[in-house]
Amino acid sequence: MTTELRVRAAQALGRDRVRANIRRAMDGLIDKRRAAFPDTEELERLRDQGKAIRDHALAKLPALLEQLEQNCTANGIRVHWAQDADAANGIILDIIRRHGGTAIIKGKSMVSEEIGLNRFLEEKGVEPIETDLGELIIQLAQEHPSHIVAPAVHKDRREIAELFNRHYPDEPYSEDIERLTAMARRVMRERFKATKIGLSGVNFAVAETGTLCLIENEGNGRLSTTAPDVHIAVTGIEKVVARLEHLAPLLTLLTRSATGQPITTYVNMISGPRKPEELDGPHEVHLVLLDNGRSRIHADPELRATLRCIRCAACMNHCPVYVRIGGHGYGTVYPGPIGAILEPQLQGLARQGELAQASTLCGACAAVCPVRIPIPQLLNRLRFEQAQAGRKDAGAGAWMERHLWRLWAWIYASPARYERFMGLVTSLGWLAKISVGPWARTRTAPRIAKRSLHDLAREEGLSND
Amino acid sequence: MSKPERVLFFGTCLVDLNNPEAGLAAMRLIQKAGVQVRFPQGQTCCGQPAYNAGYRDEARRVARLQIEALQGSEPVVVPSASCAGMMRNHYPRLFEGTPDAPRAKDLANRVVELCDFLDRVLAIELADHGPPLRVAVHHSCSARREMGVADSAAALLRRLENITVVEPDHAEECCGFGGTFALKEPEISAAMATDKASAIAATAAPILVSQDCGCLMNIGGTAEKAGFELKTMHIAELLWERTGKDV
Ligand code: SF4
Repeated sequence: MTTELRVRAAQALGRDRVRANIRRAMDGLIDKRRAAFPDTEELERLRDQGKAIRDHALAKLPALLEQLEQNCTANGIRVHWAQDADAANGIILDIIRRHGGTAIIKGKSMVSEEIGLNRFLEEKGVEPIETDLGELIIQLAQEHPSHIVAPAVHKDRREIAELFNRHYPDEPYSEDIERLTAMARRVMRERFKATKIGLSGVNFAVAETGTLCLIENEGNGRLSTTAPDVHIAVTGIEKVVARLEHLAPLLTLLTRSATGQPITTYVNMISGPRKPEELDGPHEVHLVLLDNGRSRIHADPELRATLRCIRCAACMNHCPVYVRIGGHGYGTVYPGPIGAILEPQLQGLARQGELAQASTLCGACAAVCPVRIPIPQLLNRLRFEQAQAGRKDAGAGAWMERHLWRLWAWIYASPARYERFMGLVTSLGWLAKISVGPWARTRTAPRIAKRSLHDLAREEGLSND
Repeated sequence: MSKPERVLFFGTCLVDLNNPEAGLAAMRLIQKAGVQVRFPQGQTCCGQPAYNAGYRDEARRVARLQIEALQGSEPVVVPSASCAGMMRNHYPRLFEGTPDAPRAKDLANRVVELCDFLDRVLAIELADHGPPLRVAVHHSCSARREMGVADSAAALLRRLENITVVEPDHAEECCGFGGTFALKEPEISAAMATDKASAIAATAAPILVSQDCGCLMNIGGTAEKAGFELKTMHIAELLWERTGKDV
């Protein structure tokens, strides 16, 4: 069946330059991660710890969220609850309007992508200004992030240089990343000075202290959260952890898994607005906590593991499907293995169920996931849910599929029928010559033996008791 | 597991249809090491295709037949890490809460992948009678990650003294087979298989071995269509051909 995903994947596979860029970048990230964890025992211990911390937080999620709200409120952070994307966008727009804002400066936030914030704000006459270098590139190119940690990873230096040259013709042309970063910084500084509202994501929210932890490498996150008068932090409800001491293992797992760094250049711990005696910091800090389907995922004991994710992207860096079609091939905000389990749950199987099929279940993701999310097992579960839904589906495709499996089981669950079936297939040698279907486009037809192993074993006397 | 007197052999549906010689070679290797082998005729397929496609009822129906056919106390040797993984790791889950759960668990505990069995349980000695040969190896994802038995395959190949083993670029990466994945997402699957076949062709080894026939069928078919000179062989065939035949 030609599906939307297949069409998008085929297009992505045809973009040679993008494919080469992604392969090069992913190979680099894989090497960096490997080098960052020279001690396998330490790594496995840390992964156990990371999993336990996240499981603990999810087990107590409702209580921890209440505690987080209380402690944030006590710290002067205003907490807002958003059931879905519309609600979150509405809350954010309200805050902006209350301060008469016409633009906001943004640190990197995947949740803001999830709720489609930029488009929403533009429609309402508010300009979102991306300040993360990768996000800025994406915004200038009018694209979507292709990777959750490195949003512009599909672009090479030349493309970026040309893009900047088009948008900032007064700046000198350069293909040097340092120079490009400096250029972005110069342009950004002006905007930072002039913009009164900043928005960022959150990596972890600590319940016991009401602290928001945000890590980054460019300093734009710190500026977005401290320079403006108002800081709005937006995050999913699953990002809460119980205790401050849980941050150390999670941060080292996150940065080493993501980029191979022992720690990021900036670790921001936001614990409230500016106090009377302080000289800088925002006057107002808001925390928008987004559900958007997360409580539904949380309610299922098996699928809940999805919410352990700390968004390190190691799973996509190591994914043989992602490395070939990139984020844009998936067509969702969250691509790669995490996207393949998360998006069908956030958006529903009817809309994104095929993503659960877009995996060979090779297990490369689960082997590196710092919080041990059993991604292949969850994909299997989602496929099961999809097949269950398909049993009631009146469509021709679903009918065909379930009847093929029924026929398969009818043959393979009976030794007698299986023997007749094998006798038939092995006697029809010509069957192998008619190579049809998608398999045969790039492969020769599978060989069919003249005699089955059942036959040969019987003949050798291996089947006698 | 200590060296048993007798084992049951589960051939897998793919070996049965596509490469029965591999199954025969595997059984002969085990026999030659002094262990009796029995191939129960009632076996068909482990049920993994349906299980991975989400059709658990159908998978269970077929899996139940294997539990029936493989009754006993002997180890069950499987010449595929993928099918062995299905039986070892997923049968208990598949039958959880059903009357067959204890039998499923019992079978799961007896399942052992062929290379693992030859290498670690039998500590098999292999005297290589073949000429010098370069062999490329592809460790399946199930062997490498799910079952952790890729090392055993490598260890067996190392015992063949006239063989030079080479691994292709991006050796750890999946070949793109993935069962129904190859049919559901044929474009992505083809891209993966093409990269894998090209990387193996670049090693200039004339032969590719693996402990899983699914990968061999995928990579071999792709290589053949692309016009690469590459013969594919299940590892059991290579081991038997070089150590078992003449002595
Ligand atoms: S699923 Fe695991 S590997 Fe993937 S982004 Fe989340 S934490 Fe990282």
